[in-house]
Amino acid sequence: MERAKLIALAATAALGAAGTAAAQTQGDLSTLREQVRQLEKRVQDAEATAQQAAVQASSRPTGENALNPAVSVILNGVYSNLSQDPNGFRINGFVPTMGEVGPGVRGLSLGESELALASNIDHNFRGTLIASISPDNNSIGVEEGYIQTLSLSNGFTIKAGRFFSGVGYQNQIHAHAWDFTDAPLANKVFLGNQLNEDGVQLKWVAPTETYFDVGMEVGRGRQFPAGPAGGRNKNGVGSSNLFAHVGGDLGTSIAWQTGVSYLSTSPQDRTFDNLDSNGNRVNTNSFTGNSRLWVLDGILKWAPNQNPTYTNFKLQGEYFRRKEDGDLTFNTTVTPQTGGFASVQSGWYLQGVYQFVPMWRVGYRYDRLNSGTTSFSSPLSAADFPILAAYNPTRHTVMVDWSPSEFSRIRLQAASDKSRSDATDHQVFLQYIVSLGAHGAHKF
Amino acid sequence: MKTILRFAVALGSAFAALPAAASLNVFACEPEWGALAQELGGDKVSVYTATTALQDAHRIEARPSLIARIRSADLLVCSGSELEIGWIPLLLTQSGNSKVQLGNPGYFEASQYVVRLEIPKVIDRALGDIHPSGNPHVHTDPRNIARVAQALEERMTQLDPANADGYRSRGKSFRERWQAAIARWEQQVAPLKGVPIVVYHKDFSYFINWTGMREAGSLEPKPGIPPTPSHLAELIDQMKRAPAKVIVYSPYNSPQAAEFLSSRANIPTVMMPFTVGGTDRAKDLFGLFDDTIARLLAAVK
Repeated sequence: MERAKLIALAATAALGAAGTAAAQTQGDLSTLREQVRQLEKRVQDAEATAQQAAVQASSRPTGENALNPAVSVILNGVYSNLSQDPNGFRINGFVPTMGEVGPGVRGLSLGESELALASNIDHNFRGTLIASISPDNNSIGVEEGYIQTLSLSNGFTIKAGRFFSGVGYQNQIHAHAWDFTDAPLANKVFLGNQLNEDGVQLKWVAPTETYFDVGMEVGRGRQFPAGPAGGRNKNGVGSSNLFAHVGGDLGTSIAWQTGVSYLSTSPQDRTFDNLDSNGNRVNTNSFTGNSRLWVLDGILKWAPNQNPTYTNFKLQGEYFRRKEDGDLTFNTTVTPQTGGFASVQSGWYLQGVYQFVPMWRVGYRYDRLNSGTTSFSSPLSAADFPILAAYNPTRHTVMVDWSPSEFSRIRLQAASDKSRSDATDHQVFLQYIVSLGAHGAHKF
Repeated sequence: MKTILRFAVALGSAFAALPAAASLNVFACEPEWGALAQELGGDKVSVYTATTALQDAHRIEARPSLIARIRSADLLVCSGSELEIGWIPLLLTQSGNSKVQLGNPGYFEASQYVVRLEIPKVIDRALGDIHPSGNPHVHTDPRNIARVAQALEERMTQLDPANADGYRSRGKSFRERWQAAIARWEQQVAPLKGVPIVVYHKDFSYFINWTGMREAGSLEPKPGIPPTPSHLAELIDQMKRAPAKVIVYSPYNSPQAAEFLSSRANIPTVMMPFTVGGTDRAKDLFGLFDDTIARLLAAVK
């Protein structure tokens, strides 16, 4: 439109300059045509230049911080009402992991704050650091800190550093993105809540329409189940994990993924305490041997036409089975006695979360553990380890949450937790989780 | 290690392999770019479109099926300007495909080639889910499609020089037909100039800018925040004082809020196709604009 006007204007000007009287002859007319053509070209050129300049102006980042990594902060706080003393928390029938598996403190508390920095390092690598700032002991921990390759092709990716191990499904998800306030019981007893390993991961994605990946991780064995907190004191590999996943779409509204993983570790002096019912230490024991964990996981997400904005449903479940055998030392500090120990134990959970209107979700989770078989050889006896007496813990959990935007969530959760053999813990949590800064991207 | 790889390869070959006949595997984030890549590439490209008109490109799950497709892509064509920030970065890091990573020729952001509107002067999450580099829904102005077509044609030529002549001639043909269509559409939309319109989300800003319509309000109180009763009440009051001529929404929006406002303020609603596949008539890019304009003209008549 604008251009037509300009050309008309230019043509009039050209005609005017040439003079109407002189424009009678053929020669003059062709001169005029040429002038108009040149003017038109100049207008076109000017337009192109202006367009180019405008595009550049609208895309130029400003300031030195344009190259800063993406920064985000997760804040969360919780009010907990627990019918049983959290200091006496234990999961009967299973070896204590000595990790952060308890339900936290009673009353109001600030959860761990997360600070995440991520950026492409260069054309070869991407780096991610996720630090967790503990509110109570004034410490900063590295939850994840890894580099991963961008420039390998044919489906290969290598990750190195500290990262959440690809064992099972829930273990790789950050706590702020969990659908419930706390981890499934199986993750607590088999992975010490959440296993982040110092190591290297190699993953390959197949060139197929159906998603298929296979991968391998080797690590130091820095925490349960491989060793005591802080890691093993040994050269070489202390923990290895193999995993594979298959996934795809079913019709236009369902996406699914299922996986299997095998975590194999060689615990060395993995200590745990026998506690009395008030949570006081009675004695310390330690285990050296082999630990092998199989995990089967499955996830199914439904959203009409894959548009989860209005309603969606998510079904998630995992089955864990662990075999351990080796030497167990009873009462390491006073009169240590060492004997053989073997166990085969399992556990699973299944959870469903339904968004019934925008912003609102409800969820239910069922947890069950099976203490299976444990055997001790002389001089040890089952009576030395009351915590390992046969017991199958269960838990029912319900939650409702409200997410007014993609960056905030408020959740109310209630649970009836039979982790302890002698009492049921009735738990209520009211929690907020918010994220500040860069827009997060969440794994499937 | 070797056994694992051998096992993986054996298992991998058990699945259907991706079509390898075409020279360029294109992964298009949105249907409009899928359609454009198909126009320019013809039988030299195999186009996979990651989303449909019934999905909101802001909110897509990084599904396994998408990772599988991006794994074998030679060219990624997205809107950019943070529209796909919740899923594309994750797909890229999981894909093990260096060709389509940011900075390589296989990574193409359409919005980089047009003048973006609504670049915010103040950036704050309190303003909703805003895009620091401007409104990403650039394809609703047909002149932008022409600009992107030019850039995409060059990119395809660069990635697949063996078929460069084909891309050039298809590109030239498309641009000529497109310019003729724009001329026709510009005549058709002349009556829309100055017409006040209520949108659901700010996804028609470029269309409004092109036609000279006037945006009188949006059903979302803030970008990305679903309509709230209090905001709708304000809109009803506003419509009583200064009525808009039409309320539009996209196929991926629920029509509820638009129909509520429509019944209270007595203003017609129109579901716009928004992108290719949004309505039966919007089969390709030409049909998209034909149908969009026809629906609007019918509503404001």
